[in-house]
Amino acid sequence: MGAGWLAAPMERHARAAATSASSARESVLGGPDGRRREPLRRRANSASAPAVGASASASPSGEGVRRDRPGSYSGATSASRQRVESLRKKRPLFPWFGLDIGGTLVKLVYFEPKDITAEEEEEEVESLKSIRKYLTSNVAYGSTGIRDVHLELKDLTLCGRKGNLHFIRFPTHDMPAFIQMGRDKNFSSLHTVFCATGGGAYKFEQDFLTIGDLQLCKLDELDCLIKGILYIDSVGFNGRSQCYYFENPADSEKCQKLPFDLKNPYPLLLVNIGSGVSILAVYSKDNYKRVTGTSLGGGTFFGLCCLLTGCTTFEEALEMASRGDSTKVDKLVRDIYGGDYERFGLPGWAVASSFGNMMSKEKREAVSKEDLARATLITITNNIGSIARMCALNENINQVVFVGNFLRINTIAMRLLAYALDYWSKGQLKALFSEHEGYFGAVGALLELLKIP
Amino acid sequence: MAECGASGSGSSGDSLDKSITLPPDEIFRNLENAKRFAIDIGGSLTKLAYYSTVQHKVAKVRSFDYSGKDTEQDHEPPYEISVQEEVTARLHFVKFENTYIEACLDFIKDHLVNTETKVIQATGGGAYKFKDLIEEKLQLKVDKEDVMTCLIKGCNFVLKNIPHEAFVYQKDSDPEFRFQTNHPNIFPYLLVNIGSGVSIVKVETEDRFEWIGGSSIGGGTFWGLGALLTKTKKFDELLQLASRGQHTNVDMLVQDIYGGAHETLGLSGNLIASSFGKSATADQEFSKEDMAKSLLHMISNDIGQLACLYARLHCLDRVYFGGFFIRGHPVTMRTITYSINFFSKGEVQALFLRHEGYLGAIGAFLKGAEQDNPNQYSWGENYAGSSGLMSSSPELCPTQRARSGTFDLLEMDRLERPLVNLPLLLDPSSYVPDTVDLTDDALARKYWLTCFEEALDGVVKRAVASQPGSVDAAERAEKFRQKYWNKLQTLRHQPFAYGTLTVRSLLDTREHCLNEFNFPDPYSKVKQKDNGVALKCFQRVVSALDALDWEERQLALVKGLLAGNVFDWGAKAVSDVLESDPQFGFEEAKKKLQERPWLVDSYGKWLQRLKGPPHKCALIFADNSGVDVILGVFPFVRELLSRGTEVILACNSGPALNDVTYNESLIVAERIAAMDPVIHSALREERLLLVQTGSSSPCLDLSRLDKGLAVLVRERGADLVVIEGMGRAVHTNYHAALCCESLKLAVIKNSWLAERLGGQLFSVIFKYEVPAE
Repeated sequence: MGAGWLAAPMERHARAAATSASSARESVLGGPDGRRREPLRRRANSASAPAVGASASASPSGEGVRRDRPGSYSGATSASRQRVESLRKKRPLFPWFGLDIGGTLVKLVYFEPKDITAEEEEEEVESLKSIRKYLTSNVAYGSTGIRDVHLELKDLTLCGRKGNLHFIRFPTHDMPAFIQMGRDKNFSSLHTVFCATGGGAYKFEQDFLTIGDLQLCKLDELDCLIKGILYIDSVGFNGRSQCYYFENPADSEKCQKLPFDLKNPYPLLLVNIGSGVSILAVYSKDNYKRVTGTSLGGGTFFGLCCLLTGCTTFEEALEMASRGDSTKVDKLVRDIYGGDYERFGLPGWAVASSFGNMMSKEKREAVSKEDLARATLITITNNIGSIARMCALNENINQVVFVGNFLRINTIAMRLLAYALDYWSKGQLKALFSEHEGYFGAVGALLELLKIP
Repeated sequence: MAECGASGSGSSGDSLDKSITLPPDEIFRNLENAKRFAIDIGGSLTKLAYYSTVQHKVAKVRSFDYSGKDTEQDHEPPYEISVQEEVTARLHFVKFENTYIEACLDFIKDHLVNTETKVIQATGGGAYKFKDLIEEKLQLKVDKEDVMTCLIKGCNFVLKNIPHEAFVYQKDSDPEFRFQTNHPNIFPYLLVNIGSGVSIVKVETEDRFEWIGGSSIGGGTFWGLGALLTKTKKFDELLQLASRGQHTNVDMLVQDIYGGAHETLGLSGNLIASSFGKSATADQEFSKEDMAKSLLHMISNDIGQLACLYARLHCLDRVYFGGFFIRGHPVTMRTITYSINFFSKGEVQALFLRHEGYLGAIGAFLKGAEQDNPNQYSWGENYAGSSGLMSSSPELCPTQRARSGTFDLLEMDRLERPLVNLPLLLDPSSYVPDTVDLTDDALARKYWLTCFEEALDGVVKRAVASQPGSVDAAERAEKFRQKYWNKLQTLRHQPFAYGTLTVRSLLDTREHCLNEFNFPDPYSKVKQKDNGVALKCFQRVVSALDALDWEERQLALVKGLLAGNVFDWGAKAVSDVLESDPQFGFEEAKKKLQERPWLVDSYGKWLQRLKGPPHKCALIFADNSGVDVILGVFPFVRELLSRGTEVILACNSGPALNDVTYNESLIVAERIAAMDPVIHSALREERLLLVQTGSSSPCLDLSRLDKGLAVLVRERGADLVVIEGMGRAVHTNYHAALCCESLKLAVIKNSWLAERLGGQLFSVIFKYEVPAE
């Protein structure tokens, strides 16, 4: 979204002083472990900076040295106000973000408070207001940033505040632009805590600090994922069910997407398909383990599609796949045995060798890009299904929830997963899906910020 | 080695497929007697199997008829030797590229004499495609057999019958191949066959197996997707591309996502987070090599992961890999092994098979030959007729690789009798016959290969001399020399070609090569003479022993055993002595022996033991003919018998060097019995039993012994095993653990080995072992 962010109207980042000073107290994230505590200490220290006034926010970069200086903990002028503030609920300052920086996509959730009082609005600093307006009044940010409007959760109550939860994504390779934007808009003056998860939280931590003067609160990917899923499932989807499954997935006429009530969530096999795939066995809210993972994930699908078809976007790849015929590319059981392979109970329609027909020159010349895109999609999806099924068997779990951005607008994959799981397990396993597919990590990060258990 | 013979055909590639001329004595051997055929036609290779009979010259020994005659004929040999023709069964397997199929079928048609055969068993994906061609060319009806059934039958067969069939592949180690000792019970196991797709089969018994899963991401995916991505058409070329590539340029690694933080998080940064994850961009070109490598990793990892998941679900830890994706390709073996280790955390072992490419053909053959009950017999790999495993580094021996890539052979001899474990082995599954692994020990390997090279002249000479009446002996001997020399050169470069390289395998290979050129028993005449001389001394030696008091006699008996063991034509130091001084005698031999204390000396413990109650039954593995068995072993046997111990005397079934054979031992025993009442009555009362080992090797593999011997050992409750001689007690079995008392004795007749063991030439090993309670 980089370009979009940068194109946003320049704001004045005036006077963050009062609120931010108090925010130092409120946003105490005091986690049990050192890792979480670290950013807090910084927050406390940095509280002094805003007292210096606009000059600080006008400075080109927040010099870490100055901010780290100890003993500058809140000025005397704000002491009385602090007492008042402390009566208020212990919640962090706005803006409330949750960030999940994956290998391919950055997922950002943003809570837009709708219960802002006139007094609050009065006090709200310009930059905060501008962020809110910018995020909520646009659906696209630059050429690559997108707000998934259809996923917006309305009238959510979070930490006693009412508002809407927005879901935004942009490619990870635009991360530098995002950070640059944070610097240009002087996010650091807002003293918000950036709770971030995903590998990028580590990779870009230094950039956030040196370029944006922002200290990330790094959070464990899997913790956030599970937190996010359980929370989102509990709040539902604007009155509808969050979780769903497919009935008659193989039959395009009769196939139906139906709500699923995840009232007994445990044990649960959670298959998160991002660039790669992680598979977790979840036994309770706090008890889970990573079972395995595979490198054949969404990144592989998209990467191979780019190489094979020259497509440039995930949407384009999926669109091509929807028009292709994978049986021209794949060698099916019936291509080898003329029908079912009865000796082993293999149906003729099963894929015996993915891309197997492409061993032949004639067949290579006879396939279209669409066929190749379709075959790539089928190959990756079947393989994930197969590994998930084996894990479910090994872990003795029969409900499998597939999440991750690979499934976004990817009904072909979802139906195939649903069918494959059902078929090969002879009806023992159920494939479940969730509306907010790829955003759970980011939601989990937001929940961490708000200390919502 | 697969000598294609046809000049230039190996390197000429596809164009010569029709005009190829096949030398019958090299490739489709013994076709004239071939009776059952099976063929396995894969995507690029055809494997033909047939069963044939081989006429061999064998040396037979026969007692003279002495009845009513005066036996004091000083100049007569003790028995007569005759060379006879014997027919043995052999399985032939030939592997060649599909491009040669027509030429090969023509060739077979032209050379096939036997017309009883009506049917050919066919398996493999190409069986259908070539059905008409086969039926037309060979006039045989094609019977299609199920691919997986054949594969598994073949797998069971090689695992049971070929020692060192399975190996683990170790990247960057020398040797790269680590062979596994054959487990007495091969079941259950997992077979992962990576053809165009992947089949995962659980094999529980000879006839029970189950397809438990599979994957469509297999060799066909590598080939098909690889061809699309790199525009490279051939599988082998794709593998070559892959071996040069850098997957990190294409794959998204953990470190690409986490930056440098993966270290502090305890993550391995090199792990692939997303295969082809970096190629999701329009503005970058990727090299063919890098994409091929990434693809190879993707597929190998995926297969390895699934194999581990299935292995875990079915509680199996042995996983054999086969199929064209593997087919001896070091790159794929390496990536699969890595993946299995990674995903199973070392709990599952990825095993590969030396004869992986033949499994289908072997299985199809076995299906067709069910009425012959091939599974009832034991079979042995014929080292003379089989190509070895290829080196993983093509540059090492390019010509050989090219030729073998064209034609590869496997021959298996049907053994006369089934072979089983010695019931007295402490732990059959961990028993390793060989003392030194020459694949591991480069120094020892160099020494022994040179030693066998240097001894070759003498062996050739001896072979010619053993057949004075033959017109072509010299020519055959020369062929033998060439063959064995070539084998030794192959083994210099590829020590792993026939499994673990050992002194035993070098000796066995030599025997196989000798047999191949009809030198069944080059030492028959020497043995005959030595036996005659020794028999004449028997009574004198025995009376001298009887004159000693008990304690002196025990030592004299042991010394006699050891002195007899000096007479060993297999040892170069000794054969030089014997060659130059034919009168070299028992007394001289005794003088050569090291004085006590010996290099390994537990004689005191043994003497102590002899003061106790007699053993119930002793199993003695004899070594050399002549002085050794007659003046060394028999007096020792006689003493045991007098103590009330029963004796099973085990000798080789077939000839090897100057080792006494079972048939010779029968005659010798008969002659001794005529002189000695103790032996006479023991034979009559079956307190002394002569048996055959089932082996024709100068060494001894206690896991492959004649079933009759094993039965007898059990019946008689043998509680002492005596193993004599360098080949049986030092090169092999030196570390063998038995569940009863054992005596291993030998004279070290090789200065290099002696030095290695910390002694010198003619040092004595006397190892008496009692198993821990």
